[in-house]
Amino acid sequence: MYERRLFALGMASLIAGMTPAHAYKVFVSNEKDNTISVIDSEKLEVIETVKVGDRPRGITMSKDGKHVYLCASDNDTVQVIDAATYKILYDLPSGPDPELFVLHPSGNPLYIANEDDNLVTVVDVLNKKVLAEVPVGVEPEGMGISPDGKFMVNTSETTNMAHFIDTSTNEIVTNVLVDARPRFAEFTQDGKYVYVTAEIGGTVSVIDTKTREIVKKITFEVPGVAPEALQPVGLRVTKDGKKVFVALGPANRVALINGETFEVEKYMLVGQRVWQLAFTPDEKYIFSTNGVSNDVSVIDVKEEKVIKTIKVGRLPWGVTIAPN
Amino acid sequence: MRVTRRRVSLFVFAFLASSLAVQSPSWSQTNPSEVTKILIGYIKQEVDKKALPLSRLDNPLEDDGIAGARLGLDDNNTSGKFLKQEFLLKEITVPVGGDAVAAAKSLVAEGYRMLVVDAPAPTLLQISDAVKGDDALLFNVSATDTALREENCRINVLHTLPSRDMLADALAQYFVWKKWTKWFLIYGAYPDDVLNADAIRRAAKRFGAKIVAEKEYKEAGGARRTDSGHEQIQAQMPVFTQSSADHDVLVVADENEVFGPYVPYRTWSPRPVAGTSGLTPASWHPAHEQWGATQFQNRFFKAAKRGVRAIDYNAWLAVRAIGESVTRVKSDDFKQLKDYMKGPEFSLAAFKGQKLTFRPWNGQLRHAIVVGDRHLPVSWSPQPGFLHQVTPLDTLGIDQPESKCRF
Repeated sequence: MYERRLFALGMASLIAGMTPAHAYKVFVSNEKDNTISVIDSEKLEVIETVKVGDRPRGITMSKDGKHVYLCASDNDTVQVIDAATYKILYDLPSGPDPELFVLHPSGNPLYIANEDDNLVTVVDVLNKKVLAEVPVGVEPEGMGISPDGKFMVNTSETTNMAHFIDTSTNEIVTNVLVDARPRFAEFTQDGKYVYVTAEIGGTVSVIDTKTREIVKKITFEVPGVAPEALQPVGLRVTKDGKKVFVALGPANRVALINGETFEVEKYMLVGQRVWQLAFTPDEKYIFSTNGVSNDVSVIDVKEEKVIKTIKVGRLPWGVTIAPN
Repeated sequence: MRVTRRRVSLFVFAFLASSLAVQSPSWSQTNPSEVTKILIGYIKQEVDKKALPLSRLDNPLEDDGIAGARLGLDDNNTSGKFLKQEFLLKEITVPVGGDAVAAAKSLVAEGYRMLVVDAPAPTLLQISDAVKGDDALLFNVSATDTALREENCRINVLHTLPSRDMLADALAQYFVWKKWTKWFLIYGAYPDDVLNADAIRRAAKRFGAKIVAEKEYKEAGGARRTDSGHEQIQAQMPVFTQSSADHDVLVVADENEVFGPYVPYRTWSPRPVAGTSGLTPASWHPAHEQWGATQFQNRFFKAAKRGVRAIDYNAWLAVRAIGESVTRVKSDDFKQLKDYMKGPEFSLAAFKGQKLTFRPWNGQLRHAIVVGDRHLPVSWSPQPGFLHQVTPLDTLGIDQPESKCRF
C-alpha cells in the first residue's frame, strides 16, 4: 500500500516534471555576425540562427508576437521578420542609423532613435510610413514609453538629457538633465517612475514622471572592479516594480536594485560587456546579452542567480522575447 | 553683415525656444536675459613650418582644429536649445608674425571669456600673461610641451590635449605589455625633438624598458620636394639605424619630420618603428570606432568632409567642456564655470569608454591615449595592469606627487 502510494507519487511528480513550462522564443541580435540567434527559453539552447541585415542592434517584438522588429543599423532600416518562419518580410522606413526603438503599447507606432541625425523617427508599422520626426539632443539612444502610451522618453548621449515627448503631439514637453551618456530609459508598469541609465556617469537616475524630477540617483560599487568600469546600460523592471535589473557593461555584472528603496541589493556575475536585458513574459528568467564573450546569461528572477550561459553569435547586442 | 546673420540666427533660436517651453514669454531684444549667451573665441596662430610634412597626406588644412570647435559648437547648441543657452564662436586666424596677444586681448575686451588657443607654447604663455587679471580661461589644444603643465603652468590655462610625457608613457606601456622592452632611440636636432627624446627616456625608466642605444640625427632638413637632399636622407636611413645593441623596437623622436617618416622599412635590422613615425601615440585616431565614436566620426565627416584629426578632437573637447559646464551650472557666471570645470563634479563623455576629467593640480585633461599606425588603432593606453590609486589614467604623464606645478 505504502509502496504503491510512493510509486503513484513518483509517477505524478514525474509527469509534472515532464509537463513543460511554456517555452518562449528568445531573439538575440548579433551585431558582428549579421544574424539573430533564436533560443528556446525552456531548453535554454539555440534552436536557429537567422541571417539578417547589417549590424543588427535594437530588437523588439510586435504585441501579437508575430513579428520581430530589428534595427539593421548599417542598412539604415528596420527589418520586419516573421517570428515563426524567420523570413524577412519587409523593411520599415527608419531614418539613418537606427539603433534602439520602442513600440507603442498598442502595437503601433514605432519610435526609433536615429543617432547620427539627432532625431526620433515615428513610424506607422502598418502603413510603413514615417509619421513624424522629433528633433532631440545629440546622439539619441535610449527609448522608453509610458504604459498608457501618452509619453515617451528619449535619452541623448552627448546632450545628457532625458527628453519627455508627448506622443499625441510628437513634441518635447520636458527635458531632464541626467549624468553623462544616458543609454536606456524604462518606465515602471504603474507609470510612476522612469529609470534612466548613464553609462559614463555610472549612475541610474530615477525620475518621477509627475514632477519630472530626479528622486534618486543610484550608484554602484563592486569590490575589485574599477569604478570607471561600472557602466550601466540596459535596464528592466519586473511588472510589480519590485526588482530592477541593470546591465553594467564592462563590469561584467548585472545589478539587482530594490524597486521600492532604490538600493542595490546584489551583483550577479555574467559574461563580458553585458549590454541589454529581457524578461520572459512569465518573469521566470531574465536574459542578458554579453557582447565580448559572445554569449547570453540566463538569470533566474526568483532565485536571483545566473543559471546558465548560452553561446550565441559574435557581439550579441539586443534581446527580445516573444509574448506567447 | 555679421550682425545681420547673428540676428537671424537669434530669431530662429527664439522661435525654437518658445515652441519648446510651455509658457515662454515672447522674446524680444529688450529682454535678452531669456537666453544665456556664451561667447567662445578661437585663436589660431599660424606657424612658419620649415617645410611641409614629408607625406602630402599630412599637409596642414585651413580648418585643422577649427572644424572640431565648430562641431563642438553645434553639439552645444543642440543641447543648449533645450536650456535656453546659445553658444557663439568667433574664429581668428593670426598670420605668421601677427600679434596673437592683441587678438586675445581684443576678444576678452569684447566679452569673450573662453578662449580656445591653437598656438606654440611661447605664444600661449604670452597670451596667458596678457589676460592674467581678466576673467578669461584659455584652452590649449595644440602645445604638447610638458613644461606648460609643470614649471610653466598657469592657473588660467586648461590643456585638452595630452602632454609629450603622457604620449610617451602611453607608447611605453604598450611596449612593456608587449614585452618589447629593448629600445633604440633616434632623435632629431630641434629643441622639440630633444624634449620628445627626454619624454621617451623618462617613460622607459618609469615602466621598466631599457634604451639600449641612442643616436642623434643632426641634419636640419629642407623643403619637401625641391630639396634633392631628401633623396639622400632616405638613402642614409639603413646605415643611420645600424646599432650594435640588440633592440626590439626603434623609437623615433622627430617632431619636425626631417627624417622620421623615412625610417620604417629602411631600418638596418628588421624592427618595428614607433614614436613620431610608425606606431604613434595620439589623443585621437581618425579610424577609432569604439565606445560610440562612430557617431562622432560620422557627424564630423558630414560637416567637414574629412576625417577627424587629433587637433580637431582636442578643440572639440575644449568647446564641449565649456558646454558641459554651462549645462550643469546653468549659468554663464565665469567663476562658477571655471570652478566647476576644475572641480570633482565635472566629467566629459568623449568616446573613450570612460569619463574625462581635469587634473586639478595642473589643469591637464586626463586622457586614454590611442596607439596606432596610419590606418587603425592598435591599442589604447593605459594598458591593463598599470594601476593607480586615483584612476589608471593617472599612470600617464607626470603625477601629482612629482609635479612641479604651483599655481
